[in-house]
Amino acid sequence: MYFDSVQAALSMDGHGGFVWSAYGICLLVLMLILLAPRRRQQKFLRQLAGEQKRRQRGPTVLKEGN
Amino acid sequence: MKEQAAAPGTLGFCLALLRRQLTLAARRPIEIGNPLLFFMMVVALFPLGLGPSPEKLAGFAPGILWIIALLSNLLTSDTVFRSDFEDGSLEQLLLAPQPLFLSVLAYIAAHWLITGLLLALVSPVFALMINLPAVAIGTLVASLLLGTAVLSLVGGIGAALTVGLKRGGMLISLLILPFYMPVLIFGSAAVQNAVLGVPPGPYLAIIAAMLCLAVALAPLAIAAGLRISVDA
Amino acid sequence: MWSFFHKLGSPPWLYRIAGTIVRWLLPVTLVALCVGLVWGLLYTAPDFRQGNSYRIIYIHVPAAVVALAGYYVMAIAGAVSLIWKMKMADVAMKSCAPIGAALTFIALVTGAIWGKPTWGTWWVWDARITSMLILLFLYLGVVALYEAYDNKEAAGKACAVLTLVGTVNIPIIYKSVDWWYSLHQPASIKFTGDSTIDPSMLYPLLLMIAAFYGVFTCCLLMNMRAEILEREARTNWVKKLALEYRA
Repeated sequence: MYFDSVQAALSMDGHGGFVWSAYGICLLVLMLILLAPRRRQQKFLRQLAGEQKRRQRGPTVLKEGN
Repeated sequence: MKEQAAAPGTLGFCLALLRRQLTLAARRPIEIGNPLLFFMMVVALFPLGLGPSPEKLAGFAPGILWIIALLSNLLTSDTVFRSDFEDGSLEQLLLAPQPLFLSVLAYIAAHWLITGLLLALVSPVFALMINLPAVAIGTLVASLLLGTAVLSLVGGIGAALTVGLKRGGMLISLLILPFYMPVLIFGSAAVQNAVLGVPPGPYLAIIAAMLCLAVALAPLAIAAGLRISVDA
Repeated sequence: MWSFFHKLGSPPWLYRIAGTIVRWLLPVTLVALCVGLVWGLLYTAPDFRQGNSYRIIYIHVPAAVVALAGYYVMAIAGAVSLIWKMKMADVAMKSCAPIGAALTFIALVTGAIWGKPTWGTWWVWDARITSMLILLFLYLGVVALYEAYDNKEAAGKACAVLTLVGTVNIPIIYKSVDWWYSLHQPASIKFTGDSTIDPSMLYPLLLMIAAFYGVFTCCLLMNMRAEILEREARTNWVKKLALEYRA
């Protein structure tokens, strides 16, 4: 470890704000692009599964609902 | 002569296309005037925004003139194929036996003659209005003559790709502007060098090289884009 | 060789194999990313001229490198989809654009944050920054064009043409921006990139570049999987998959 203390690592001789915010933004964007496709896929599958369920039950669903 | 009229060769076909485009444009002189009017109005905006000091305007003049020329070219390039797409004659063109490469070039040539050429010819007037030193005016005209041809060719790619879209107007600027940037860089650099007394020849030569590349490659992309737009 | 090529064109096969690759590659990438981040942030010595702010290099340079490489991946996929009419190449091309735009965005933002302590301003019109900005425009143009078409097949072809035009233009744009910058270069800014880089700084940098390539690949494959499912929604294998998902 280069830094002596957590305090020193956070401040980085006054540059800490820049370095940490850059890393934070970078990680945030990477998380977003890594999670987006998974969420999109799950949403799509859920939608498709719902459609299938509705089609299997057929028109009886409407009666039950009423 | 009569036989030729019945089945025109490739060259005759392209010349006929060019003449048709020019005739169509000549029937609506207002639309030819619009880009020039736009040019003049935006020139008038700069003294209002930057202040009327002649030295300041003279310093920015090469960049200002080139950016306005670029924008007025951009605004007109949306219309190159639109009316022909809407009345179906573009579809006929795609089915014609003549190579699409050359007929596309005829469309672009017509567009350049109507906008770029006129813009370059009247640009000295606007250059004087914003105090561009007189030594640079020749270079300005030359760089605009070469540069607007590149802009027309590149703009044609955007026009071909967006002609089938109902809301293509804004999109074409987003697609095309990045490709306009090299022309802007060298065009305004040529004028700036002429102002400083440095020979602008190399810059003009680079724009001419870009023009050669664009003439060789852009029609391919335009033709592909038109096929996609008509099929869609 | 050809059977491999044919398999690549088969959506269920590609969907499955992409899933397998991601399952192995994603953990490796994440570990490399974490190790590289901690290494770069905490365990390397600061640059003697820039102090600690240089640590941004470990995310800035990898993002820029991979963003640029991503455009070429997109262009190759676009060319394959235009020439061989391969639908899966079209899927790959479409999936590249948002990732590339995100990485370019990271490179620009971290560059701006790096510029503040180093040059004293958030934004400098320097050749490399301007080129990255234009790259962002190119990516966003592809995304915008794809979204503008209702017919997705035509959208793919149009984007492929646009990407190829961009590929021809990228060297021209870069060269002209370089030239433009050397014409206008203000004297106050000096680059530190010219100095040779110490191995102790190089290794974490290389690790981070590899990790960013991994992130790009994983994102691309996962995006492709989602895209394949949406395009194949009417086929039996996707319906079966939805049944399994429900269960």
